[in-house]
Amino acid sequence: MLTLQCPYCGVMAEETELHAGGEAHLTRYGPGSEDQDFESYLFKRENPKGVHFERWRHVNGCGKWFHAARCTVTLEVFGTYPAQTTEPPQDIKDTITAKRPGWSLRNLT
Amino acid sequence: MKRYSAFAIAREALRNHTGWDRAWRKAQPKNRYDVVIIGAGGHGLATAYYLGKNFGITNVAVLEKGWLGGGNTGRNTTIIRSNYLQDPSAAIYEKSRSLYETLSQDLNYNIMFSPRGVMMLAQTQHEVRGYLRTAHANALQGVKTEFIPPKRVKEICPIINLDGPRYPVLGALWQDRAGTARHDAVAWGYARACSDMGMDIIQKCEVTGIRQEGGTVKGVTTTKGDIDCEKLGIVVAGHSGVLADMAGFRLPIESVALQALVSEPIKPVMDCVVMANTVHGYMSQSDKGEMVIGGGADGYNNYTQRGSFHHVEETVRALVETFPMISRLKMLRWWGGIVDMTGDRSPILSKTPLENCFINCGWGTGGFKAIPGSGWGFAELMAKGHSPLTEEFALTRFREGKFIDESVAAGVAH
Repeated sequence: MLTLQCPYCGVMAEETELHAGGEAHLTRYGPGSEDQDFESYLFKRENPKGVHFERWRHVNGCGKWFHAARCTVTLEVFGTYPAQTTEPPQDIKDTITAKRPGWSLRNLT
Repeated sequence: MKRYSAFAIAREALRNHTGWDRAWRKAQPKNRYDVVIIGAGGHGLATAYYLGKNFGITNVAVLEKGWLGGGNTGRNTTIIRSNYLQDPSAAIYEKSRSLYETLSQDLNYNIMFSPRGVMMLAQTQHEVRGYLRTAHANALQGVKTEFIPPKRVKEICPIINLDGPRYPVLGALWQDRAGTARHDAVAWGYARACSDMGMDIIQKCEVTGIRQEGGTVKGVTTTKGDIDCEKLGIVVAGHSGVLADMAGFRLPIESVALQALVSEPIKPVMDCVVMANTVHGYMSQSDKGEMVIGGGADGYNNYTQRGSFHHVEETVRALVETFPMISRLKMLRWWGGIVDMTGDRSPILSKTPLENCFINCGWGTGGFKAIPGSGWGFAELMAKGHSPLTEEFALTRFREGKFIDESVAAGVAH
């Protein structure tokens, strides 16, 4: 079973205690934006075979939203971090680079 | 191709079965084809078959990374139905179901289509209203379904528990011409017919790049060398995002694990398919006697072809409520497949931003039932540039907001 550490309350939470919230670090567009941008925000996804950044909610715990970096091929978890950020923190990126040399952030710039 | 028949069985029985040919030729890739299809699953092979049969396009290669039919075609729970709410869905799934009825004869290959009937239980008032609406929509679409009362449900499926501990059965949406088929045989039958038309089916040939010039597709790079093509069809289900990345565009798709399991074989107890969407599990009995069980997909992105144990537990718990007699059964096998989920839970059969490159994906948790109809429509789209069956399933619908919202219609993955 997938276990993630909640970066807020520190609990090692099993996936039954969590709710998956989809891809993280999306660029958000609101009313009045171009159709293409709005489509991209609402529907287009990286869906990578490899390193994935995603949102989770500690729904049966402290209730907070947080982010996780995970590999979709091996299910390895690289780390979790608070949601108040527009890109992964440097230590998470360093951890991933150490384990997946040549990895890049794709469209997250 | 030697035709299969009762006579052929008798003939071979008299000569120690020495006269059977390979069902399809082992092929090495040529340098160039008119059409290259990536993915030798049901949808890819059906596309190739109808390209040849309906449009005379036979200079076709079907490339497969693994083995033929080894992805979701060989991993699903084999249910065939067409009781959808939205008109575009009903059209393509009903086309598919009707093609399944004669597919064994068309392919000269027994796909064991069994129109045993599918019922979807209504276990809340909300579901009763939803299925009544679907039944009315189906009547207008020319799809034969009916809403049946609990008494009929019990007559059709005696092992069901109508007074469930959580949700009593209030009725069901019943489609008597729906059913099941032998999933591997569908892939094998199409492959044999494609090979017979001169098409090359190339297994263990992974596409590693898509070559393009000036926004038009030129060919693919594979582990067996470069292959040029006039038109390219991407039909790879869970790996659609990976191939789209090679072609240079993004998809409104996320890949997640969906699981299924079968019990030990028992004597016949159930001659229909029952789906219980409120408690979320569905079950039928295979010809071998195994209870074939499916449930919900995982919530997070995954390419590993294995899913979370707690989902299996939820599914089995739901089915034990609905069918108390299965509580003592041992489970025999348990597996997962990677399904490609779109935002509106409807498929994408579409042109792409890359000229002459087409994509057929997004079938999510319900692709097997659609194989013949999907192949029929997608072949027409690839050959002629448009098809009435696929028109509404274009990639552009997400930008335009013209969704085919079966996720709301069904209330669950379908």
